[in-house]
This record gives sequence, C-alpha cells and structure tokens, in this order.
Amino acid sequence: MSEHGLWRTALRRLCANPAALIALAAILGLTALAILGPTLNPNRYDTLDWANIAMPPGLRHAHWLGTDRLGRDLFVRTMQGTRLSLAIGLIATAVSLAVGIAYGAAAGYLGGRVDHLMMRVIEILSGLPLIFFVIFLTVVFGRNIYLLFLAIGAISWLNMARIVRGQAMVIRGREFIEAAIASGAGSARIIFRHVVPNVVGPVIDYATLTVPQIILFESFLSFLGLGVQEPRASLGTLIAQGAAEMESAPWMLLVPGTVLAVLLISFNLLGDALRDSLDVKKS
Amino acid sequence: MHTIRYFLGRLCGAVPTLFAIITITFFLVRVAPGGPFDQEQTLPPEVVANLNAAYGLDQPVWIQYARYLRGLAHFDFGPSFRYKDFTVTELIAQGLPVSFTLGALAISLALVGGVAIGTFAALRHRRAADHVSMVIAAVGIAIPSFVLLPALGLFFGIYLHWLPVAGWDEGSVADLVLPVIALCLPPLAYISRLTRGSMLEVLGSPYIRTAMAKGLPLGTIVFRHALRPALVPVASYLAPAVAMVMTGSLVVETIAGLPGIGRYLVQGALNRDYTLVLGMVIVYSSLLIFMGLVADILIAILDPRVRLEA
Repeated sequence: MSEHGLWRTALRRLCANPAALIALAAILGLTALAILGPTLNPNRYDTLDWANIAMPPGLRHAHWLGTDRLGRDLFVRTMQGTRLSLAIGLIATAVSLAVGIAYGAAAGYLGGRVDHLMMRVIEILSGLPLIFFVIFLTVVFGRNIYLLFLAIGAISWLNMARIVRGQAMVIRGREFIEAAIASGAGSARIIFRHVVPNVVGPVIDYATLTVPQIILFESFLSFLGLGVQEPRASLGTLIAQGAAEMESAPWMLLVPGTVLAVLLISFNLLGDALRDSLDVKKS
Repeated sequence: MHTIRYFLGRLCGAVPTLFAIITITFFLVRVAPGGPFDQEQTLPPEVVANLNAAYGLDQPVWIQYARYLRGLAHFDFGPSFRYKDFTVTELIAQGLPVSFTLGALAISLALVGGVAIGTFAALRHRRAADHVSMVIAAVGIAIPSFVLLPALGLFFGIYLHWLPVAGWDEGSVADLVLPVIALCLPPLAYISRLTRGSMLEVLGSPYIRTAMAKGLPLGTIVFRHALRPALVPVASYLAPAVAMVMTGSLVVETIAGLPGIGRYLVQGALNRDYTLVLGMVIVYSSLLIFMGLVADILIAILDPRVRLEA
C-alpha cells in the first residue's frame, strides 16, 4: 500500500466511525467555547459578584452555570480552565513528541551500544515516580505554569521514545535506508529525513492519548495545590473547590467535572479510532 | 532454575539503577531553593545554625551524601527534619501497611475485574454487551479518582448511609471499600481494554478456530487455550498500573483520611524534608523496579517463546 493510499484509507475509516466524529466535534466545540466563551459572557473569571454568591445555574441571571463561594462566574471560569488545560495538554504533548521522537529514533536507528545506554537511561527515569519529579520541579520553578507545561512534557516522553525506538529498529533494516546509506547520507540526515517520517502513524495515535493523560495529570497536580494558582483556574482547581462544596453546591463539582470527563473521553475515543484507522494489518 | 538465576541477576542489575535514582534525588532535593527549617516565623540565625549542625546539614554536600549512603547500608533512612522525634523509617513503617493494603487490593481488583470484563466483551464482540463495557471503560479512564471518590462518598455515605465517607477506624474493612473502588477503576478500565484487544486477536487465530471446529466447550477454549496468550499485554502493563495506583493513592488517601504514606511525598517535597522525600522515593522506586521484574517473568511464563536473558 502506498503512503498516499494509507492516509486516504485512514481518513475514510475515520469518517466511517461515528464515535470518532462525535469525539472530534466535541473536542473542536469545547476548544472553540474555551477560546470564545469568555467573550460571550459579561463576567470575567476573577470578578467577585458579592450579590450572587454560590448561585445555582440558571438563565435568569448573568451567571448561566452558577457562581462559586466568592461569586465568581462558573461558566467563564470553567471555560478559562478548559483553555488552560487544553494548552497544557498540547504544549506538554508537543514537547514529549519532540524529545521522544528524536531520542527513540536515534536509539533505534543507531542500535548497539548507544541504544543499550540510551535505553538504560530510560529505565532509570521510569523507575522514578514521575509525580515526585513534577512536585519537585514545581518546587524549584516556583509556580510558573508555563515552565510546568515544559517540565511535564519533558518527563512524559519515555513511552513515546520506546514506541519510536521499536518502529525505528524495524525500519532500519528496510531497503530505502540502505539506499540512503549507499548514497552517502549521514546518520542525522537518515534519522530525520527517513526514519522519523515513517514512524508517524503510531506516534499520532500515542500523541492523541498523551493529551488526555497530561490534562488529567495537570488537574491532579492542581487538585494537590501544586498547579495553577488563584485567581486563575484550571479544571483541576475548579474540581478541587467543587469537591469541597459538593453537598451544598453540587454544580460547582458537576460543571468542571463534566467538561473534564467529556474532554478526556473524546480524546481517548479519537485516539482509539486513529489507532484502528491507521492499523495496516486491517484492510 | 533458569528463572531463579534470571530473577537474581535482574535483582542485582536493579541495584545500580536504584543507586542512580537515589543519587539523582539526593542532589535534586538539595538544589531546590529553601531549606527544611524555613518556617513562617523566621528563626534566629543561631537556632538555624544549631539545627543545621544537629542534622549534619552544615557539612559539605559530599559528606552528607556519604553519611546518608552509610546509613542506607544499615537500612537507616535517617531522621525526619519536620516530624520531630520520628525517623523516616518509623514514619514509613507506620503508614506502609495501610497504603500497601489499599494498593494491593486495588491492583488485585483491577486485574481480576479488568480481565473478566475484557474477556467477556471480546466474546460478545460487536454486540451490545461489548459496546456497553467499552463505554464504561472509556468513562472509567476519564473520571479522575479525586472526582470519583467524593461522588461515591456523597452517594453511598451521605445519601444511603451504607459506608463511611472517610476516616480510618483501626482498619475496619468498610473504610477501605470506597477508596479501593476509586483507586482501582482507572487501571481496571485500561486492563479491560487491553484484554479485550488481545483476546480478540487470539480468538481469531487458527488454533482457536481449530479448537472451535473440534467442538470443544467455550469455557475450555477460553480458559485453557485463549486466556494465557491474551494475558501477555496485561502482564506488561503491570508496572504502569502499579505506578498509576501509587499516584492515585496520593490523593485518595488524603480525601479518605487514611493514615498511609501518600501524604509524605507531597508534604516532604513542600517542606524540604530531604530524608523523608528520599525515603519515599526509595520505597516507590524499589516497588516500581520490582514490579517491572515480576512483569518480565510473568510474560516469560505466559508466553513460552519469550527467553529470559539477563
């Protein structure tokens, strides 16, 4: 099957999968809402409305999805939190992609002693509880969330590197690599021009599953009080606040909790669908 | 015999890995700004100097490192800097049984439940039961334990009064039910999806079709022939699942008010309680490395084609 045909088949399979299309629509819709949403509502994420404290959702007042204990609008805060969570997921995934692909492709292509050493490093790093690393990094970097994105991405590349390495080892034995070597291409050129483009399938699939993992991880950190700081919100901080008010104001947990769940389910469904549609064995 | 030799070989191979982890952690925690005796009220400099001297923090880092390693060789994790009058060994020894019970129950439940659901879904491939269990699995992966546990507590604890919402009453079983459920659901969902995928592949292979053609009962086919190879991806997922439960236990223990060791990692890092953080990292890393080893041996047992090479 030619490369062109592979992508066209994948696209056709993807379009034939209703779950994937719904998931894609949900992701795009939430992204659009997260970007545009706060402008649709007169409230700002950090304005305190003392007249409307802990209001339940309703259309009669300006707070469509209710307010929190300080009278801050939950719709605007949730959308702002979604934007932050999506940004964190995408930036960290991009970092983990860049590092993981370069590292894995180099290890898999070079092989031998270099590969052995590089895999040993991965083994040591995966023995460390990652949560400790992130907690530590937040302690060092202070509470700068952008550095936190980078840090989370920089430590979540391990599995990506393993996947790419496995693929690269297979590709190394193929004829077109031999041809490239014969025509005098250097290792770096072969890795980036010939090995990397050929591992794209599994990488896309894994990246789609990395985004929700990182969003979940960020909300976990924010829940522990190590992520985003007030008055900014992420889905994790909103859920943490909502969980504390669960009995008296359940919407404070339900609104951000639902958004997080929809986002995560959609990314997971899309990732699964991509895996199925890029699966060469199924034809 | 071969397996035992392999096991011992890998165990020895884990020592340098663990040593590297300890070294990295030791120097990393000391790079972080601030120290264990920074408090809201600033202490007089003489007091800080005395405290530093008492805990050996006035020595050069290399000497501290050498001392720490010497202590470790005698299984002495050193004194905690923040929990006065406690050694790290005592703190971990107090909390570990609770955390271990919680984690072991969650992992066992995730394995048994995940394999059962995955196998069932594969046998009902593309029928209603398959779709329903996979939707539940997708939801299980997507709902974080810190949402699930309060929600479960609200429903079973406050509305139905069946189970305690939180707390630890000298290890009564009821206190563990909700935390274990909240903790085991994400790995259970992953394992059920893994099992379903591999089971579908195995069920489609020629030897299973032969077994079906021979008219063997379905139970025999599944349990005697299909389950063993289908469990290989589950075994390789063992270490990540344990890591997932460990991470989850940090919040679950906090929310449920269980006196485990989860809280020490976060608090230790925030308080710059160097020895406590190191002790926790050693415990967690050893467990992770050990589970990776167990997984490799399980794979070799499940799949006879795999050769164990140290």
